[in-house]
Amino acid sequence: MNDDNLKKYWAINIRYVLILISVWFVVSYGFGILWAPVLNNIQIGGFKLGFWFAQQGSIYIFVILIFVYVYLMNKLDIRFGVQETEEEA
Amino acid sequence: MSVQIWTYIFVGITFSLYIGIAIWSKASSTSEFYVAKGTVNPLTNGMATAADWMSAASFLSMAGLISFMGYDGAVYLMGWTGGYVLLALTLAPYLRKFGKFTVPDFIGDRYYSQLARTVAVVCALTVSFTYVAGQMRGVGLVFSKFLEVDIFWGVIIGMAIVFMYAVLGGMKGITYTQVAQYCVLIFAFMVPAFFISAQLTGNPVPQLGFGSKLVDGSDIYLLDKLDQLHTELGFAAYTSGKKSMQDIFFITVALMVGTAGLPHVIVRFFTVPKVRDARISVGYALIFIAILYTTAPAIAVFSRTNLITTVNEQYYVEMPEWFTTWEETALLNWVDKNGDGRITYAPGQAIVGNPEINRANGKIIRGKYGEVTLLNSLTSTENELYVDRDIMVLANPEIAGLPNWVAALVAAGGLAAALSTAAGLLLVISTSVSHDLIKKQFKPDISDKKELLFARVSAGFAVLVAGYFGINPPGFVAEVVAIAFGLAAASFFPAIILGIFYKKMNREGAIAGMIVGLLFTLGYIGFFKLVYPEYNTPEHWWFGISPEGIGTLGMLINLVVSLIIGMIYPDPPVEVQEMVESIRYPRA
Repeated sequence: MNDDNLKKYWAINIRYVLILISVWFVVSYGFGILWAPVLNNIQIGGFKLGFWFAQQGSIYIFVILIFVYVYLMNKLDIRFGVQETEEEA
Repeated sequence: MSVQIWTYIFVGITFSLYIGIAIWSKASSTSEFYVAKGTVNPLTNGMATAADWMSAASFLSMAGLISFMGYDGAVYLMGWTGGYVLLALTLAPYLRKFGKFTVPDFIGDRYYSQLARTVAVVCALTVSFTYVAGQMRGVGLVFSKFLEVDIFWGVIIGMAIVFMYAVLGGMKGITYTQVAQYCVLIFAFMVPAFFISAQLTGNPVPQLGFGSKLVDGSDIYLLDKLDQLHTELGFAAYTSGKKSMQDIFFITVALMVGTAGLPHVIVRFFTVPKVRDARISVGYALIFIAILYTTAPAIAVFSRTNLITTVNEQYYVEMPEWFTTWEETALLNWVDKNGDGRITYAPGQAIVGNPEINRANGKIIRGKYGEVTLLNSLTSTENELYVDRDIMVLANPEIAGLPNWVAALVAAGGLAAALSTAAGLLLVISTSVSHDLIKKQFKPDISDKKELLFARVSAGFAVLVAGYFGINPPGFVAEVVAIAFGLAAASFFPAIILGIFYKKMNREGAIAGMIVGLLFTLGYIGFFKLVYPEYNTPEHWWFGISPEGIGTLGMLINLVVSLIIGMIYPDPPVEVQEMVESIRYPRA
């Protein structure tokens, strides 16, 4: 494992984190708070959309974000050969 | 069978289960006591984390709180779940790779400084003690309400149980009891929710039910109906809320970041074998938490609607039986201001302060209609109804007319939630003392056996202190919860994040940042909550930020101070930079 390779691994990791954190921010602080009054004009079933994001939707998306990150990182670990082997565990 | 007998049965069964696990999982080394030897399965750890995290407040108070806050309740829903995204993406995997026992361990090693370690220990102890007092109180309350046992004895029984599995089993015992407690609490929370959702909307899934139409034939959505009821009674519409947008924003950030910085949550991710386990384990934890957190807002809507439609403008004498039972506990009271014998529900407080029942020789003095009379002076509002927010979860099964065993289940669930969180906090306290203080500061050459003994003694001591505060709660318990999150956000979080993502961060910057963040946040909360509570109104707050949200500003100040002071002083030593480099890769 050379240093350049590790640097690249870390750079990709940071990129993943930044993208996912942006989604996290837009969904909760954006849809759930800042734009909630506007989104509340849209109604899906009995839910006003801004209210739904604030009390339901953002939580579901939080769960999805974590699993997306786990999936991406497990693949990235293998691609750069930094995954843990069973003996180390 | 009565609720009380059912409660004895459920509490008896669950408590024997916890004790059984305690005996089975005795710890024999410090590594087993602190982090269960790092051998916990990620799914198990996720479930244990969920129980660790969801306290008596999440279980008993949150849905009620939301039902009175409406949209504004989102600060708790998003604030107490969003932090797990930060944990999974920016903390848990790296701290797992670092591979020590505690958060002060990381701070002390990363910032190559005993002072930094000490500051971290002080923060960890303050946060944990603040939190644990409230849990023991919760145990006492459930006992006194459901089993008519004194709060004193309720707390003593709770202490004895926690003592058994926390002191004997350490992290190992705690982990497996937390798994059992999660199952109990989630079952107890969901059963009434399914029933009530089906009753009101015909859809048993509460997450969908509260967005459905009512089954009363009115062809109107439940939330629209509730908004309509609110507006008619003069409240703000349920789905819009009252707090200012910037305050909502700041409180949510403080709770999210505070969650990610709480030591008893972070330490759970030291217990899994591998880095990849730490990542996925946060995901599992959030799923288990989300089940309760997406149900709570639905319960809030159901119970709010049920309450308003049952009581408003109805004659007191026609109230169902549960109304009178809860009156006697001073959690639900009616004062007939206009003398019409009907209950008027309107905005504002009905009475001054918490209800004090009017008694003579121990007997309750009743009014004209048989209502429990109060000693409190009346306010000038039209509102005649006092409702304690905790009643919304506790009385929910009765209000919906569910069988007695469901109400008893809620009691066992409340106990499980309180005990699981208390145990997690007690472990952090004992580890901070035996490992971070005794082993790392005073007696580095101590043997593992002796250290384990110290860990047990300090866990036992912490149980006693927690019990004391449970029986004699300091008057400011409710207020200090804000401090716990604010402190975690303003002290730990920036130091850990910078420690992982900014290799050149040095000890001078980090220590200065933690101290300034801590003092600023403590000062602001102390000023408005303890010293001058009369000024605690939006026009006196800085930038309209309430004490609950100030941890966010404290965190930003910490970051800025760390970076500026960090620039003045030299870079950290090469071996520390190499350590930071190494925690970034699962293997290398």
